[in-house]
Amino acid sequence: MRRNPGALFVAPALCLIAAFFLLPVAASFLLSLTDFDIYAVADLANLRVVGVRNYVTLLRDPLFWVALRNTVYFVAVAGPLSIIVSLAAALLISATAVRAKGLFRTLYFLPVVTGLVAIAVVWRYLYHPRFGLLNAALGLVGIGPLDWLGDPTLAMPAIILMAVWKNFGFNMVIFIAGLQSIPERLYEAASTDGAGTVQQFWRITLPMLTPTFVFVGVMAVVGNFQLFAEPYVMTQGGPAHSTLSIVLYMYEEGFRWWSLGYAAALALVLFAIVLAVTLLTRLRARNVFGGEAGPATGESAA
Amino acid sequence: MTRLRPLVHYRSVMCLVVAALALTGCTGGAEPPARVVRFWAMGREGEAVQGLIPEFERRHPGVRVRVQQIPWSAAHEKLLTAFVGGAMPDVFQLGTTWVPELAAIGALAALDTRLATAPSIPADDFFSGSRDANRIGDTTYGVPWYVDTRLLFYRSDLLARAGFDAPPADWRTWAAALTRIKEQAGPDRYAILLPLREWQPLVILALQRRAELLRDDGRYGNFRSPEFRAAFSFYLNFYQRGLAPSAPEGQIANLFQDFGAGFFAFYISGPWNLGELAARLPPELQDDWATAPMPAPGLVAGLSIAGGASLALSRGAREPEAAWELIEYLAEPATQIELYRRTGDLPARRSAWQDPALADNHHAQAFWTQLQHMQAPPKVPEWERIAAKITDYTEAAVRGDLDPDAALTGLDRDVDALLEKRRWLLDRNAHHQEHQRHQVEEIGTPAGAFNPTASRYDSRRGLAAFPQTATPWCPWCSWW
Repeated sequence: MRRNPGALFVAPALCLIAAFFLLPVAASFLLSLTDFDIYAVADLANLRVVGVRNYVTLLRDPLFWVALRNTVYFVAVAGPLSIIVSLAAALLISATAVRAKGLFRTLYFLPVVTGLVAIAVVWRYLYHPRFGLLNAALGLVGIGPLDWLGDPTLAMPAIILMAVWKNFGFNMVIFIAGLQSIPERLYEAASTDGAGTVQQFWRITLPMLTPTFVFVGVMAVVGNFQLFAEPYVMTQGGPAHSTLSIVLYMYEEGFRWWSLGYAAALALVLFAIVLAVTLLTRLRARNVFGGEAGPATGESAA
Repeated sequence: MTRLRPLVHYRSVMCLVVAALALTGCTGGAEPPARVVRFWAMGREGEAVQGLIPEFERRHPGVRVRVQQIPWSAAHEKLLTAFVGGAMPDVFQLGTTWVPELAAIGALAALDTRLATAPSIPADDFFSGSRDANRIGDTTYGVPWYVDTRLLFYRSDLLARAGFDAPPADWRTWAAALTRIKEQAGPDRYAILLPLREWQPLVILALQRRAELLRDDGRYGNFRSPEFRAAFSFYLNFYQRGLAPSAPEGQIANLFQDFGAGFFAFYISGPWNLGELAARLPPELQDDWATAPMPAPGLVAGLSIAGGASLALSRGAREPEAAWELIEYLAEPATQIELYRRTGDLPARRSAWQDPALADNHHAQAFWTQLQHMQAPPKVPEWERIAAKITDYTEAAVRGDLDPDAALTGLDRDVDALLEKRRWLLDRNAHHQEHQRHQVEEIGTPAGAFNPTASRYDSRRGLAAFPQTATPWCPWCSWW
């Protein structure tokens, strides 16, 4: 019997995954079947095994649905917006006419590496209803002062705006790399054939960026579902729970109130949602671009 | 060269190790090893208390105190995780509202026998409200260190302009004064600031109406009682009549600037703002702000909420005797005055208030009056959580998302759900006690010989008797 030497090579990584991922997931699944809370911290005799009651409570919990709605709202708006903004920035920076590319790339990337708390402090001032720069600018065009972080309908857009501004630089760098990997000869051939810039963009740039889109899209979905720090620092989930995300709700339940059983149930539900959405994203991406113009087919066609 | 370098590194590392050992008190065989008391103090106190320690160490040779400073925002989680991990300090500071929770998990040592034999800490020298806040059932778990409560901060010039030369003492005058101030202030300014994320003002109003916030020994929420409803509608009226800005704290860029600019005339706050206002308001405004005890719904003195911090002895303390000596030292009136000088924290010992530092501060005197009339919020471990629910539903009612009835119904429902575990524990303990009594009767097992749950959870944990001990000689009581 020959053993596959590959198993030996992946064994260390598998051990790490088992110890730091599979075990905790299994443990939190068991935890989610109990009502572990502050009383159980005192004495394990106060622990009750409640079966799926946490999950039933969760489905009936209005706050969970509010948090889910807010999170989906954030994912659905911030994800595409961030991708569009970062693609636009990447295209601008890659344009041959632009000078000082390195400078702009660094400037656009700066928010990604800046501490979120520092950014949040500054943005709180930008959003301030009476003294904020944003309202001053809106006032010039006659739009009345808006209470960005205090109005339940505006708070989430405000958070999205800040999150997109903070994070677009990262995707932009990935798009720049994707743009650079498109062979120049495709564009040369296209312009020889008489294709304009717009046509080149739709027929060459976008299809060739498909793998980049899939990667950026999946990362955006996974990352945005875990929205936590922005509302935690800016609004603490308020006003009127309009910026409460699932992870923020989980954090509050688990570490502020020590309802670890309930928080574990929340975590597993979020895990299931993210897994499902990710698989769906990959499937959709394959259907949309895969058959027509994947990178390999594009290359051979050229 | 290349061979020397690692040697140099090795030596410097050794030096560091030796230095570290020396610093941590491992000075070698000459002196007996000092007893080390580990003391966790929070926030500003954690910084200020370090200056009080040398005197204690001078009086107690052989005892060293190691102070660890913990930010308030992390303190609660840190205490809980330290308890779970068995890494509690010997003595620590804690917010009075945390006492029920930490007592319930068994992190605190009972202090009654120590207090009974400590002549330097006479129980009646503490404000009764804060003494009561540290007692769960019949057991005392903390010694009040400093006290705080909330009362009115107001702009005396704006109040005078509205035609009132004394601060309002009852709700009716208060409402009239606020309405008048708002009329004069115009649409862009307000009469009172009530931040939406603060539960304390509403709970104070409810305690004033004698509302029992939880019923049946803390088993159920009781927010639909007529008393709570009355306080709730009085509170909502501030917003509905436009007396208070209904946007959340985002509206307030800088509390002190806005107070100075007359954006609002009244604010319900605590002693920490005495020092802040004195330092941050411009000199020409210093005579235009004042403090006053909370107005009352009727003719009796207006209650406020008992807060502040206590000193507690950890149940698993390694040096309980030395740690208790530290608590005794920090509870001395002279030490408390020193703490007041350094932080502005108001002393929990009434005798300390005769010191000129406090007796001559007219802003602090309103607190002296208010401190005689305090009540602790319900002493259940779930209280902080319940308070967060109160905030949520009040915010919904202020915004008009829920009508007041629906808000209170929802609040009761949520609070009942939060207290489900507590009901189960109370009922289980009652059942255990019943069972044990049977055993004693039938088999003759000595009571208390084996009772795994008795010490865990005390069922006599409802609202304690109402502290209403106005001191007869208090000159400011004529206000009421």
